[in-house]
Amino acid sequence: MLKYIIKRLISMFPILIGITIISFFVMHLAPGDTVTIQQSLNPKYSETAREKFVKMYNLDQPIYKQYLIWLKKFATLDFGDSFSSDGRKVIDKIGDRLPITLGLNIISMILIFIIALPLGVLSAYYRNSIFDKTVTIIVFIGFAIPMFWLALMCMYFFGIVLGWLPISGLTSYNFDSLTLTGKIADVIKHITLPIAITVFGGIASISRFGRTSTLEVLGQDYIMSARARGVSEKTILFRYALKNAMLPIVTILGLSIPGLIGSSVIFESVFSIPGMGQLFYQSVMMRDYPTVMGILVIGSLLTLIGNLIADIAYAYIDPRIRYS
Amino acid sequence: MSKIVYIILAVIVVTVAVVAIVFLNSGTDKTDFHYEASNTKLDELHSFISRDPIPGDALATATISEPINLIPAISSDSASHDVTSYIYNGLVKYNKNLELVGDLASSWEISDDKKEITFHLRKDVKWHDGKPFTAKDVEFTYRFMIDNLTPTSYDADFRLVDSFEVIDNYTVKVRYKTLFSPALNSWGIWMMPQHLLDGKLVTQSALQRNPIGTGPYKLLSWSEGDSIHLAVNEDYFESKPFLERIIFRVIPDTATSFLELLNGSIDTMSLSAMQATKQTDMKRYKENYNTYSYLDSSYTYVGFNLRRAPFDNQTLRKALSYATPKKDIITGILFDRAEESTGPYKTDTIWYNKNVERYDYNPEKAKALLKELGYEDSDNDGFLDKKGKKFEFEILINQGNKVRSQIAEILQRAYKDIGIDVTIRVVEWSTFLSENINKGRFSVIVMGWNIVQDPDLFDVWHSSRCDGNGLNFICYKNDEVDKLLIEGRETYDVAQRQVIYNKIQELIADDAPYIFLYTPYANIALNKRFKNIEPAPAGLKHNLINWYVRKLEQKYYFKQ
Repeated sequence: MLKYIIKRLISMFPILIGITIISFFVMHLAPGDTVTIQQSLNPKYSETAREKFVKMYNLDQPIYKQYLIWLKKFATLDFGDSFSSDGRKVIDKIGDRLPITLGLNIISMILIFIIALPLGVLSAYYRNSIFDKTVTIIVFIGFAIPMFWLALMCMYFFGIVLGWLPISGLTSYNFDSLTLTGKIADVIKHITLPIAITVFGGIASISRFGRTSTLEVLGQDYIMSARARGVSEKTILFRYALKNAMLPIVTILGLSIPGLIGSSVIFESVFSIPGMGQLFYQSVMMRDYPTVMGILVIGSLLTLIGNLIADIAYAYIDPRIRYS
Repeated sequence: MSKIVYIILAVIVVTVAVVAIVFLNSGTDKTDFHYEASNTKLDELHSFISRDPIPGDALATATISEPINLIPAISSDSASHDVTSYIYNGLVKYNKNLELVGDLASSWEISDDKKEITFHLRKDVKWHDGKPFTAKDVEFTYRFMIDNLTPTSYDADFRLVDSFEVIDNYTVKVRYKTLFSPALNSWGIWMMPQHLLDGKLVTQSALQRNPIGTGPYKLLSWSEGDSIHLAVNEDYFESKPFLERIIFRVIPDTATSFLELLNGSIDTMSLSAMQATKQTDMKRYKENYNTYSYLDSSYTYVGFNLRRAPFDNQTLRKALSYATPKKDIITGILFDRAEESTGPYKTDTIWYNKNVERYDYNPEKAKALLKELGYEDSDNDGFLDKKGKKFEFEILINQGNKVRSQIAEILQRAYKDIGIDVTIRVVEWSTFLSENINKGRFSVIVMGWNIVQDPDLFDVWHSSRCDGNGLNFICYKNDEVDKLLIEGRETYDVAQRQVIYNKIQELIADDAPYIFLYTPYANIALNKRFKNIEPAPAGLKHNLINWYVRKLEQKYYFKQ
């Protein structure tokens, strides 16, 4: 097992380098550059400023040289300074925002699993019952509604009509003067809506997967033989069927990490949550290459690690994989 | 159903209950936003009834993106400049009627040859850290602006300075190489503290996130991606502002901002024409907010690429101008929250010339003009043609601007009515600038300009600004306009400049290189508890230091 993990870890490096090469060149294929955008048709922008910035950002070098400059820094784990006028270290910028996005997504992910898995398993078990049909309808409504619209509606209803929840942001103005419990309550209040809506939108795919794979398992011979031997339905469902039905879901978990960062863009804008999605969007629009690269590298690293964990979990659950 | 269903139901009920208890325990209701509980004493009672301005309370506002850098000279985003406008001052500023008056300079003289300005500085100004503001700071700011190590984009005006001289602690003299009347307003540049920045690399300065200025407010706290709090500057040289704090909340989505406004979390925001006309007609808004409207400093236009046929033809441009239903655009898209424009100035300023050629909607005249040029529908397909070629072109707009894409659609429809086949192409902003605008690869565009206070139009209209990345990207060339533009730059006298710019407007209107569409109104929603509001051509915030809230209506309290 250990050998397997080490082998996988080593093979991650060439993949990561490959990703950086492709990202870097694709990013530079997009027309437009930082300096043009900063200039943005401002009549006060001086002639010499353009040259000054182009030099400062090494944009006058050929692309492969720019990549090598970037790679050299990256080798020492330096992501460079942002092109935006704050000139902050990319790693600090990401460090400020990554925990927020990751934290919110992990909470939503856990909730999605807690709610969606039983729903899926039960709909499979009681397939074609009223319960199954109701779940199907609700789940598909959640899947089909545009999330930003639902978010605005909920903000209006819970924030203004009922006045129960704050509308956006992560904390209140008076956050610093609150007690510890007050602070926790304040944050919980603020993240309730965003998380509830993410969860509502995310239940569909997981519960459908759960339902399909449970159905498949329930139709297999060993379940039938368990039934024939008079094992109770509860034991069949939870001890025998669930374990096998979980297998495909583990894979989805590993693959969902890049999606998490991607889908955060709209969400974080609507709820004004200062997370990675917002930063990524702004950086791409500004052609802030170092920040874009930093986010891509960290995003792909997380994806690779996620896949690795999924594979390890897979190997742990399914011996057939471990020994092949 | 089996027990499992009930177990799950029970788990859900318990979770909901726990969450509810946490909420109830937190105990703060919506209206309870204050930092510290108010501590009213009897002797303060008179202030409850008094109508005199009293200190206290805060103004909470939304910003669409996080400020990037609070040294304004090196930031180029509007969010940063919004915040720094409270923190820094220049030597001169524009007053409520957009006239140039002294700010940190109490007076100035211009020499007889008009090439030299002597500024006399105020002697009662202190930086936020208590150090006095002197001529040394002005000198430093000048050197800072022209220093190649300063990553600023605003150095152009200062590179025209021939010599800079400190006469004494409170007097400086600037000499220019040539006559340059916009020079005076360039000294509205944000003054930087010499004692904190001199000899240091600005890109590593702590002032980028902890600014020290001379302005009415100073930075109190900045929480990344969330909010910025400014506290009042007790020693502000004009007079101490009444409002204790200014709060900026970062809210990227304007629909969300509007909900936060209705909710009372923010006190003011700029409403879109749609929000101002269609979404504010409700009790909740009307009870708590006033909407102030004033002409925004910008205009939207249709621009022709004069390098390309057939747009190099003046008659054709006039025909298209007549075929443009400005009124439909203003009514249909901006819900009448805009004024028709005929030139590059705001209609409520002294620079505006209303006696220029107007192009009121007249499709018949447009058709007649096109016929003169030889455009006719000879193959009866509903579209005009000339020498067997259909009259068609493409309108190019940038992505993410809904108003501009709606304008393009109205134009498409209107031009179809006179027999022109128009297609619309939408391009992402950065690509739009670097691939289309800067390289001259477009036929017709819909765009907008900000209108700056100085009437100088050189950058947008002078023929020398047509090459490279110049702003005259439509490549307008008119020798007389060129001559007048330079004359305007060399004239200080307002009346004389008025004559020059009136003539320029007439010439431009006659050439019709742009179809000037409209100047929109800014629609500012502001909570009714703020008193002493005075809308003016400069907007609302020109007298912000005089705004106050009556004791009974104050919403936020701060520990002294």
